[in-house]
Amino acid sequence: MSWRYVARRIAQLVPTVAAILLASFLLIHLAPGDPVLALAGEHGDAEYYAFMRDKFGLDEPLHQQVLTYAGNVLTADFGISYVQGRPVLDVVLERLPATMLLTGAALVLSTLTGLLAGVFTATRRSRWPDLTVSGVLLTLYAAPVFWLGQLAILGLALGAGWFPVQGMSTAGSDATGLARLLDVAHHLALPAIVLASQEIAAVGRLTRVGLRDELDSDHVRMARAKGLAEATVVVKYGLRRALSPVVTIIGGRIGHLVAGAVIVEVVFGWPGLGRLLVISMQNRDVPIVLGIFLLVAIAVVIANVLTDLCYAWLDPRVRYR
Amino acid sequence: MSATADGVPFEPAATGGRRRGVLRGVLTTPSGLLGAGLTTTLTLVAVFAPALAPYDPFAIDGPVLRPPSAAHPLGTDALGRDMLSGVLYGTRTSLFVAGTVGVLVLLIGSLVGAVSGYTGRWTDDVLMRLTEAFQVLPRFFLAIVVIAFFGPGIDRLVLVLGFTSWPMLARVVRGEVLSLKQREFVAAAQAHGASSVRVVVREILPNALPAAIALLGLILAQVILIEASLGFLGLGDPNAMSWGYLANEAQRFLRVAWWLPLFPGLAILLAVLGLNLLGDALTDILGGRR
Repeated sequence: MSWRYVARRIAQLVPTVAAILLASFLLIHLAPGDPVLALAGEHGDAEYYAFMRDKFGLDEPLHQQVLTYAGNVLTADFGISYVQGRPVLDVVLERLPATMLLTGAALVLSTLTGLLAGVFTATRRSRWPDLTVSGVLLTLYAAPVFWLGQLAILGLALGAGWFPVQGMSTAGSDATGLARLLDVAHHLALPAIVLASQEIAAVGRLTRVGLRDELDSDHVRMARAKGLAEATVVVKYGLRRALSPVVTIIGGRIGHLVAGAVIVEVVFGWPGLGRLLVISMQNRDVPIVLGIFLLVAIAVVIANVLTDLCYAWLDPRVRYR
Repeated sequence: MSATADGVPFEPAATGGRRRGVLRGVLTTPSGLLGAGLTTTLTLVAVFAPALAPYDPFAIDGPVLRPPSAAHPLGTDALGRDMLSGVLYGTRTSLFVAGTVGVLVLLIGSLVGAVSGYTGRWTDDVLMRLTEAFQVLPRFFLAIVVIAFFGPGIDRLVLVLGFTSWPMLARVVRGEVLSLKQREFVAAAQAHGASSVRVVVREILPNALPAAIALLGLILAQVILIEASLGFLGLGDPNAMSWGYLANEAQRFLRVAWWLPLFPGLAILLAVLGLNLLGDALTDILGGRR
């Protein structure tokens, strides 16, 4: 991959991150009342406000403040949460693994299931199997994630009793090693499936369209004419090229999944960033809310650039566009 | 992100005949018919909610937590409020947010897309970088931050969603403009001495709009989902009945009242499905690709 492309793509990070910083900075100053209240929330004592005022240079001239703000955010220093009595970064990092586990599981699950569903619908000759799966995908794509979660709890957790209703592990359990791992996996299954559902639909639809076009192309007809097995033709000749749009959207999907994770965590009581965010909203603990937003926003931007780089590495034609 | 292909050109003819053709095209495919039907029905429900709803959605007028019955077809909630009335009034909130966000998206997206595509060169570069920057902004989290700073309310929700949902539309409009500006009828208008603004507004935009409106359906479907999700998190406007608010209430009574989560979610599903199907059908007919 040419270094010029890599450098250009990384340079494009700058305006995007700047936009995120500027947007949040403007919001702090547009908010009604003293900016320190917007930054630090309504609960707090004079000493705490003085600390946050100094930390974000709120007494400095505005252009200096932007730089101080950018400097703080880019070094992942979001100040201290008064409600929690700890640095924002510590609180956020503590919750990060649970969310990453949930999001990562959903990403893998939705990619695999989405590809399978796409291949299934694209290769069916008769109408009904295709129509059924396509209909399910369309419904999943339109269903709000909290609704799917609530229905899953009603049907599969409370009703059938196959899955636990809430949390990440059995309360009061002191299991270790493999038993603990299985316990977490058992708790993870339902939230991960629910979170993956909308993305399964997105990947499935994209794979279906790409594969349909690809299976009508000359090189696939050629492969069939050579007498190759249909499975080989679909996987080696069709799917390989149909995969590239699926790769392109991974960055965007991570963004969707993290937003969806907030809701799934609330539905299933999963102890991650989403629950922290909602509890912080209730406590008016603004530093945490702002910290999570900035962290997620910058992470999503970086994920997008990494996806583009992977894509360019897989498909050399992209670099010359 | 680079997957959003430039629009495929189609015949420019902003005549009534063509519009009727599009409408007939939508209504003759099963999915287009379903999409148009759902969207129309929900719009009518939103407009006539006060006439259709049997009770005031906030009024306490029945026994507590009752399953669906003749008096309360969708049951009652923990305060004895009628669910059917709640769901009907919720349609208003969702469609109001979607509609107003749609106007903002159409205005900003068309403006950015048209200027970018018509002027080209460095303006195009700058505007497209800006569009990319906005496209990766996590809307959902930004909306939460806005609510944290300004408190919950429909007005700020519309503003934040409107100002962050236009990038896809701007890209599609730009693509259309790029291909339309090469056409003879545009050259003819330019030769007549029409100003750039007049050429764009009178000649190019009317022909670029169908593709933009097809995409708008898909964008608004996502807007409805985001509005409902914020409501579910308890961050919606406390003065407006909404589907997300009902789902939030339902969460606490999952063990005892299955009808509380079922119906608001079903309403959201139908609204989003309708807009998606309609958007897809329009895209197919106009020959555009996303």
